[in-house]
Amino acid sequence: MAQTPSGSGTDTTTLAAGARGARRRARSVDPIPWWLVAIVVVVALYFMLPTLFVIPMSFSSASTFQFPPKGLSLQLYVNFFTDPVWLRSLGNSFLVAILAALLATVVGTAAALGLHSLTGRWARLARTLLMVSIVTPGIVLAVAIYITFLQWRLVGTPLGYVLAHAAIGVPFVLVSVTTALGGFDPKLLRASASLGATPLRTFLRVTMPLIGRGIVTGAIFAFVTSFDEVVIALFLRSPLFQTLPVQMYNSVTVEIDPTIAASSSLVVVAVTAVFLIPQLVGGRKRTRRS
Amino acid sequence: MSQATSRSTLAAPAGDAGTARSGTRIRLTGVTKDYGGAIPAVDGVSLTIEPGEFMTLLGPSGSGKTTTLNLIAGFETLTAGSIAFDDADVGSLPPHRRNLGMLFQNYALFPHLTVAQNVAYPLRERRVPKAEIARRVRDVLDLVQLPGRDGDYPSQLSGGQQQRVALARAIVFDPNALLLDEPLGALDRNLRSTLQAEIHRIHREVGSTFVFVTHDQEEAMNLSDRIALFHNGRIEQVGTPEALYEAPETLFTARFLGDSNVFPVDAAATGSVAWEDRVWPVLPGSVSPRVAAGAPAALVVRPEHVRLAGSPDAVPSGASSVVASVRDVEYMGSYRTALLALGAAGLPGKARLEASDARLAPGDAVVAWWEAERQRMVAA
Repeated sequence: MAQTPSGSGTDTTTLAAGARGARRRARSVDPIPWWLVAIVVVVALYFMLPTLFVIPMSFSSASTFQFPPKGLSLQLYVNFFTDPVWLRSLGNSFLVAILAALLATVVGTAAALGLHSLTGRWARLARTLLMVSIVTPGIVLAVAIYITFLQWRLVGTPLGYVLAHAAIGVPFVLVSVTTALGGFDPKLLRASASLGATPLRTFLRVTMPLIGRGIVTGAIFAFVTSFDEVVIALFLRSPLFQTLPVQMYNSVTVEIDPTIAASSSLVVVAVTAVFLIPQLVGGRKRTRRS
Repeated sequence: MSQATSRSTLAAPAGDAGTARSGTRIRLTGVTKDYGGAIPAVDGVSLTIEPGEFMTLLGPSGSGKTTTLNLIAGFETLTAGSIAFDDADVGSLPPHRRNLGMLFQNYALFPHLTVAQNVAYPLRERRVPKAEIARRVRDVLDLVQLPGRDGDYPSQLSGGQQQRVALARAIVFDPNALLLDEPLGALDRNLRSTLQAEIHRIHREVGSTFVFVTHDQEEAMNLSDRIALFHNGRIEQVGTPEALYEAPETLFTARFLGDSNVFPVDAAATGSVAWEDRVWPVLPGSVSPRVAAGAPAALVVRPEHVRLAGSPDAVPSGASSVVASVRDVEYMGSYRTALLALGAAGLPGKARLEASDARLAPGDAVVAWWEAERQRMVAA
C-alpha cells in the first residue's frame, strides 16, 4: 500500500496548502462583532470551568478535596501510578476503548458504505435502527444490556464491555463516514474497477484515502465514548474487571479518595490529545477539492 | 498489494497482449436489460464491433446506449443475451476482470493521486515492475501531449487536461477496448473539437477497439467508423456515418442525423409517390428496405439538396417540385438557410441557400425542387 510520491510531489503539496491558506484568509475578511466574541468566551468558559478546577486540584498536597489547593505536590499522581487498582482500571479502559472503537469503526464504516448506495424505505429504517442508541437514555440501554448479557454470561467480561461500548460507538462512526461520503464521487469506484482493481483494492486505494478523515473522526468519537462511559460499565463491572470511570466512581462514593483528581486530569489530557491527533495529522494532508 | 486475485486481471478473456494491440472483437447477441419499466432499457440488441473499429452508440437520452455501454463494461448485469470478447463469453465477469479502459464525462480522476499516480494506477494493479511503470507513464503522457505535469493533482488541471489524463490512464495498460461515455460532454465547444481530434489521432495510433457513447450527432459523424443508432432500447440502424446520413432506413434515423424535409406519404404505389396534388417519381434504389406496402412512410430530402426557383418554368424537367413560401432566412456563418412553408398545407421545410439566392426575403413565393435521386423513401 505504500504510495510512492515522486520528487516534485512535495512541491505541489506545499503549493496547494499555500493556495488553501490564501483562500482561508480571503474568506475571513468580514469583521466579527464584539458580542459574538463575548458569547464564544462565555460558552467556552462554561465548558472548560470544571477542567480548570480539577487540574489544579490534582497537584494539591492535601489528602482531602480542597479548592484552591493547599501546597503543590505530585502526591496524587504518585498514588495513581503506584496503586495497582487504579493502574489496572486504566489499562482496562484503554483495552476496552481501543477494541470497542475498532469494532465500531469497522461496523459503522461498512454500514455507512452500504447505506450510501441504497435508497428507499428499508435503507432509512436500517439507518434509524443503527442510530437508536444515541437517543436512548443511557440507563435504559444499560439495563437492557445487563439483562441480555446475564443470559449470555458476558457480565464482567472484557468481551461484554467491548460489545456494549462498540454498539454505542457505531452511530458516531456512521454519521461521520456518511458525511465524508457526501463529497465522494461514486464514479470513482467504476473507474477503479475498469482499471482492474478488485472491490477490496478499490476500497483500500480509493475509498479509504478519500473518506479517511471521516473514518478517523468516527473512530475517535467511538474511543472517547467508550473511554468515559460509566452507566453501562457500572452494570457490567465485576471485582475482577472494571474500567477507570467505574473506579473513579468507587473512589468518590466508597473511599473519598482525592486520587480521582489526578485520574480526572489524566482522562482530560488523554481525550484532548486524541481529539487533537487528526488536527495535527490532517493539517499537512491535502483534502479533496472538486 | 495483498490479493492474489488482482493478478488474474492480466489474464483477461481476450487473451494475450498481441490481440489487445490490434483490438478486440466485441459481440453482443440479443443483449437485454430490463429494470421492470414499461419497456426494457435495452431490448434484444445484437451488434458486432470489429477489432480496431471506432463504433459510436448514438441516440437520445433514455435510448439505451449508456446502459449498453455499462453492460459491456460489466457495471450492469444482463437480463438476457450474451456478450463476448473475441470468442470468450464475458457476461458473468466482474468489471475489474474485463480489461477495458473507460473514459467518463466527469473524468473520474482520483483526486488524492497525482497525474503520474493516476496513470500508474492500472499498471500497479497489474503488478508491472516499477521501472516499466515509469517508462509507460512517461510514454503515454507524451502520447496525450501532457508531458511534465506528472506531479500535479487533478484539481490543478483544466477540464481538457484532466480528460487527457483520464485518456492516458485508460489506454496505458493496453486494454481490450476503450469505452468512452460521453467524454466530451463537460467541455466547451472549442476544447471539444480539439479533444475530438485528439481522440481520433489516438485511436489511429493505438489501433484498439473504441466504443463511444454520445447523443451528439456531429461528434458521432466526425469520429466513427460506424454508428449504431439507438431508439427505445433497440438499434434503429447500424452503418457508416455516410450510410446513415445518405441512406437512412427510417424516419427516426433521417431526423436524428442532420436536417430533413419530411413529406408523409403513402408507400402503396411503386414508381411514383403522391403528396397533396403533386406526383413525384421514385427510383428503386432510393427506397429503404424497411418501407412496407401499406405502412406509413415518408419522403425525405436533405436541405442541401433542395433548390429554390422563382417560377415553375425555372425548374429543370424531370425534377420533383413543390410550391413553397419563404418564412425566414437564417444566417449560419458560412451559408444561409431558408425556412420554408411547403405546399398548400405549409409543411415546415428547409433549404440551404446558394449565393444566387441572395435576394430572397421572408414572404417570397418560390418553387422548391430536387433531383429524384436525392430523395429517400423511409419507414415512418
